[in-house]
Amino acid sequence: MEEKEQKELELLAAKVRRDVVEMLLHRGYGHLGGSLSIVEVMAVLYGKQLKHDPKNPKWEDRDRLVLSKGHAGPAWYSVLAERGFFDRDMLFTLNDGGTNLPSHPDRTKTPGVDMTTGSLGQGCSTAAGIATALAKKGSDAYTYLIVGDGELNEGQCWEAFQYIANYKMDNLIVFIDDNKRQLDGWTKDIMNPFDYVAKMQSFGFYTQKVNGQDVVAVDAAITEAKQHKGEALCIILDTVKGAGVKAFEEMESNHAPKFNTPELKKTAQDAVDALNEQVKKLEEEVA
Amino acid sequence: MFKLAEDRSATGADLRNVVMETLQSLIAENDKVVMLEADLGGASNSLKIKASNPDNFIECGISEANMMGVAAGMSSEGYIPFVHTFAPFIARRAFDQVFLSGAYAHNTINMYGSDPGFSVAANGGTHTSFEDVAIMRTIPHARVFDAADAVQMAWIVKTCAGLPGINYFRGDRKAIRNVYAEGSEFELGKGNVLREGSDVLIISAGRLVSDALDAAENLEKQGISAEVIDMFCIKPLDEELVLSEAKGKKAIVTFENHGVIGGLGDAVASVLAENAVAVPFKRHGIVEQFGQVGTADWLQKEFKLTASDLEETVKGLLA
Repeated sequence: MEEKEQKELELLAAKVRRDVVEMLLHRGYGHLGGSLSIVEVMAVLYGKQLKHDPKNPKWEDRDRLVLSKGHAGPAWYSVLAERGFFDRDMLFTLNDGGTNLPSHPDRTKTPGVDMTTGSLGQGCSTAAGIATALAKKGSDAYTYLIVGDGELNEGQCWEAFQYIANYKMDNLIVFIDDNKRQLDGWTKDIMNPFDYVAKMQSFGFYTQKVNGQDVVAVDAAITEAKQHKGEALCIILDTVKGAGVKAFEEMESNHAPKFNTPELKKTAQDAVDALNEQVKKLEEEVA
Repeated sequence: MFKLAEDRSATGADLRNVVMETLQSLIAENDKVVMLEADLGGASNSLKIKASNPDNFIECGISEANMMGVAAGMSSEGYIPFVHTFAPFIARRAFDQVFLSGAYAHNTINMYGSDPGFSVAANGGTHTSFEDVAIMRTIPHARVFDAADAVQMAWIVKTCAGLPGINYFRGDRKAIRNVYAEGSEFELGKGNVLREGSDVLIISAGRLVSDALDAAENLEKQGISAEVIDMFCIKPLDEELVLSEAKGKKAIVTFENHGVIGGLGDAVASVLAENAVAVPFKRHGIVEQFGQVGTADWLQKEFKLTASDLEETVKGLLA
């Protein structure tokens, strides 16, 4: 990847990360850690790999995205706003009564959201259904599926993975956001996942594991996956819950913190300020 | 318009074959109609579709939750999915998937829940569904049907294909007795008055409609005039018909191959109560029981769902 393209993707990631923190600070609470860990994959998808048209969200030839870990909706909303699917001001309506941005994605409310998710595991199956339908239509569009590592506690994920592998679905790329933490603690302590790579390989997936916080690595893995025809595709994103803001990475419980004390508000505001600096710097570098 | 069958003792085609053959003709007209199966294609005969229309058949294996999600995902891309499994494995096992990936997400899933209630026969208690109607009724805007015979089942399947949303229809796999003449047409959300009567109103659905008609004939011989309604569309319920036909009756009985909690009886009771219809009333169905094995005939007697059981209930209310 050329340096300019890399900087552009990093710029989009920085903006999305800033937007996530800013919108959750504005709201006073929200799913912080798991939104921040998927910022880079969102930036690579919407900055490069995922075919989309913000002016025509239902464009038939678009690629589809299913965010099965629906609680990370703020990361999706931020990238959709940055790409112009809707006005950035709308981000600050998150979880308002009657909002078009509910905490979990809703295909009937938000431009650019292809599938409703929130009950964990279900997005794996609906993504499989979407990809099945696209293949039947003869479309060359991809379906991207983002699953949480904690979410893999749900049996339905594995039902869907069986289905995807059985049908050798090469038009669907499964991302596992391996951020190593879930609501109650570390995934290894809650329900030991052992080895995701071995698991997915044994299910029949062509499986790669990459640094999920590195836009170059994520982009290369997607490009590599697309070269593999006739087999199911999985990319395990080695990520950090709360990634990109040291204070959030180190927070004891960063799944859905409340910004309800002067200290926590200041932590979040400092993060927004630092991310704004990062955005400014990257904008200068890209210019 | 519907016409009653000339010979009510005769059975129609196997309901599963009616479902699959109707789907084959729907697929011939619209390639977007697809059948999803959870490793029960030999039980439902959906393997007929796999043979005739392989591109319109999707084997999901024994994973009902995933099957509902795949159906919902295909619906979001413009397909019209039908799924089959035994009734309890739709309502009990995959409810959250039907509710969220299906209904809440504004996707379409058409569901054939087979062998409900005592029709389960040798598959026994684990496969018995006395609660599927209750569960599916709770989904906003879902439609819930119980097929009285083969003619009606064909109409239900054809109609569901044109109705976006959550459509659940329950019915036997094997043949049941005829209620309607070939060519009968029905109306969504409208019950059918099959027999007029002045003393008692019997409201039934599914295969018990035949038994309700038998009971009405027997009651007539005993000087009791019974009206019988086939309420095949349990949701949306034909409230107008319930209220108009309740007028002047000395008693009302609902009769269902289902638990009394949340089924047809509760649906009718709500209409009566909210409209201040004060008349002796009984929900004749399953009360606090699980299923068990046996032939369907034996189970029907064991669960007190025969025509003579219904007659006793009617007479008890009128006494």
